[in-house]
Amino acid sequence: MSPRPGFVLDVDRSTPPTLFWHGERFRLERLPEGSRVIYAPEPLDPLTDPSTAIRHALLNPLGDREPLPALLFPGMRLTIAFDDISLPLPPMERPDNRQLVIEQVLDLAAEAGVDDVELIVALALHRRMTEAELRHALGDRIYDAFAPNGLLTQHDAEDPSALVHLGLTDQGEDVEINKRAAESDLLVYVNINLVAMDGGHKSVATGLASYKSLRHHHNPQTMQHSRSFMDQHRSELHSSNWRMGKLIADSGVTIFQIETNLNTNTFPSQFGFLQKREWEWSAKDRLGYLGVSKALDRTPPKLARQIFHSIKAPHRMTAVQAGEVEAVHAVTTENVWKQQGVVVEGQTDILTMGLPYISPYNVNSILNPILVACLGLGYFFNLYRGKPLVREGGVVIMSHPTAWEFNPVHHPSYIDFFEQVLSETTDPIEVAKGYEESFATDPWYIHLYRTGHAYHGVHPFYMWYWCAHALQHVGAVIIVGGDPAAVHRLGFRAASTLTDALEMAKDVVGPSPTLTHLHAPPILMADVQ
Amino acid sequence: MKALVFERNLPRFAASRVASVFGSGRGAGIGPLQLLDVDPPELPGEAWYRLRPTLSGICGSDLATLDGRSSRYFEDIVSFPFVPGHEVVGILEDGGVDHAGTSLPAGTRAVIEPVLGCAPRHIEPHCPACASGQNGLCGNLALGDLAPGLQTGFCADTGGGWSTAGLVAHSGQLYAVPDSFSDEDAVVIEPTACAVHAALGASITAGDTVAVLGAGTLGLATVAALVEVVRPTTPCVILVGAKHSHQRDLAEKLGADIVVPPDQLPRAVRRESGSLVLAGRLTGGADVVFDCVGSAESLTQAMAMVRPRGRVVLVGMPGKLHVDLAPLWHREIQLVGAYAYGVESPTPAAPARRTFAVAMDVVAAAALGSLVSATYPLDRYEEAVAHAGAAGRRGAVKVAFDLRNRKGRPR
Repeated sequence: MSPRPGFVLDVDRSTPPTLFWHGERFRLERLPEGSRVIYAPEPLDPLTDPSTAIRHALLNPLGDREPLPALLFPGMRLTIAFDDISLPLPPMERPDNRQLVIEQVLDLAAEAGVDDVELIVALALHRRMTEAELRHALGDRIYDAFAPNGLLTQHDAEDPSALVHLGLTDQGEDVEINKRAAESDLLVYVNINLVAMDGGHKSVATGLASYKSLRHHHNPQTMQHSRSFMDQHRSELHSSNWRMGKLIADSGVTIFQIETNLNTNTFPSQFGFLQKREWEWSAKDRLGYLGVSKALDRTPPKLARQIFHSIKAPHRMTAVQAGEVEAVHAVTTENVWKQQGVVVEGQTDILTMGLPYISPYNVNSILNPILVACLGLGYFFNLYRGKPLVREGGVVIMSHPTAWEFNPVHHPSYIDFFEQVLSETTDPIEVAKGYEESFATDPWYIHLYRTGHAYHGVHPFYMWYWCAHALQHVGAVIIVGGDPAAVHRLGFRAASTLTDALEMAKDVVGPSPTLTHLHAPPILMADVQ
Repeated sequence: MKALVFERNLPRFAASRVASVFGSGRGAGIGPLQLLDVDPPELPGEAWYRLRPTLSGICGSDLATLDGRSSRYFEDIVSFPFVPGHEVVGILEDGGVDHAGTSLPAGTRAVIEPVLGCAPRHIEPHCPACASGQNGLCGNLALGDLAPGLQTGFCADTGGGWSTAGLVAHSGQLYAVPDSFSDEDAVVIEPTACAVHAALGASITAGDTVAVLGAGTLGLATVAALVEVVRPTTPCVILVGAKHSHQRDLAEKLGADIVVPPDQLPRAVRRESGSLVLAGRLTGGADVVFDCVGSAESLTQAMAMVRPRGRVVLVGMPGKLHVDLAPLWHREIQLVGAYAYGVESPTPAAPARRTFAVAMDVVAAAALGSLVSATYPLDRYEEAVAHAGAAGRRGAVKVAFDLRNRKGRPR
């Protein structure tokens, strides 16, 4: 039986309570009659033989690109860059797509007699990955072959000797990327496309870039003009990356792009109820929900966080395509929409969402308040094509504990951003004008980024900019069950219950509002008609 | 006439100390402080005048004394029994002559500079400190014609501010209060003078990063002194670590550049100074840190966020502290005290003025009278002292005795 597409449920009297994520907890909420709940499509069938599919993609590239073996020759410099810890979410069960792809690329390179091969984690301004995380993504064989010899490195956007400035785009944007990657005879980029925003020229132009380059598209103005990030053709973020990608290509950098799609089989069997629609929960699902919920209620938050972050997702590869960047990415994006797209008729006054424990920037870490805002307003709000799910001036209600808690190793500059910057202003433009440069050039943050496992000093700004479109669009943001102090620092309103939040929302959108609940994860993308 | 009298009574002293474990000021009712009928103090000699207090503040040093936490260092420069209260505004009942030799008619409002140096003690010649106007550093605090006492409010012969019987003040201690000042303005002149003395003695230079740790009366007065006296001629960035939200609001209102809770202050200083962090300490740090708390924790924090060869100024009165001084040695930190007042030159070119005179300017400019949050009559001294001991938690800054109307109620 083929997987069912996404579905928009109209809530009526017989509809059971709807599951909301609430960090490392869940809430069952009874939504008002007439509300809509958007469910993700069921997971597509995975490739039965990913290895064969990968080999086929490498030998039959898309667009103006020769098969990979034809690009490999003895004496060449080959660099393989790959996505970092931010993808996929949650981290997938072994073997990871990156391992499967890179093993085959390395086999072909060995067959061609290529011996100058380096692997680079394309982490941009994200934190460096740990050995365990790298082993998980690449497999022990690759890690042991490359890391001990210094041939597996993590992109360092603050090492001038490891960067090269390729020039300016026609819009005057600096393009400065990893030197080894730029000066290689061939740059193979291995991507995992979780959402439509990932991949394409963004892989190299962002993943291997420096702050000097990134600041041209990671800013409030660009974000406000990306409607949405998931729709490449209406995204200024992508337009900038595409201009940079063309300049990179014109500079003589040959990129062989490999992109993989995943299905939405996101949670292991013990959390099977998370994959289902509530009215279809079996007795086993109901017991599973009750058991998990009760257990979590008795579990200290730190332990609950550890438990959730130990989850490895069973999602599997559904497609792999390789070749020239734009040709590859067009197919990949189409595949993403096939898996995640749900047609939704019209906008809503109130958009509700339950935020889970994880975002791209807190794998094995804490979803701090800034990341809560980013996950809700940066990611979930932008999971649309056409128009935002919520109407202009509408209300977004998010459910999350939003504790005033930070991981000082991963997010040191977030703490200062939250304490110092957001206490002064929450306006993304003012934030950028007043504080960005000092955080971006702070030597302590740079030191921690380069030598520890810290996100770059400027990263919390990017997270806040990520919210800029939503902040400009909506009339109010309410967080249910959040720490009021932290919620207020974000500039949002705090509510104890969803009922309270809905009452508060009526002050903004008027009586009898329409309500839509984004039932994610599993991830879905709304094609708002 | 009534006065709160502090007597040497070891059992009561011990009881007070035990009670203070549950909170500063909690032992006022069982400690050595008692409300007694007293006679006005005798005039010790010529150039002494009677002052009837109208408002008298409760200071951190008073609380430390009442709590039995005061250092034994002070034992020989205090005489018992004494009436506390050295932050005083009152009325000269019979008139007098002020520190500058100006005659003041009866009924004049005046504040006292409470240090009992060589002049009040009729010691001639004056010690070098008093001769240079720095009478806070007087070495003769237990000598001369007066009983030992570093200040009015700690001396058996002078009386103190916590009294309706009045106190006696030497002409060198007297400053007429401008008509534009309320009693609340006047009563904070003394702590403001301490802050002015600390701020101007800290050798702040243009472009310095200055951190103030603690935002009780002294901390806020230090902020005001920095803003009003130092920063106009010596641009500097002022950061404040304030525990309570009302303190943070006041610090911002006074003109501090960055105001954060104390636990966030090291991070704010690190950001401002562009420092790195090594083993929990900043590699650089603030040029000057004012410790307006005086605890082991605050001193440790101050040393962790001052730059090498920077200066930590102890403004809050410390007691016996257990502190690791390795960073002080290793980073060549200057640890300096800032006690009382004397004469000040805001800039090298400016003429020297009495600290109290400068403090009056600061009080007026910053409207520091608003720091007086609650007043009590003497007979409710237990509540008053408890309130002062918990001022921060209870949303207050300065708590004072209101002696204008014995039936007064806290505001």
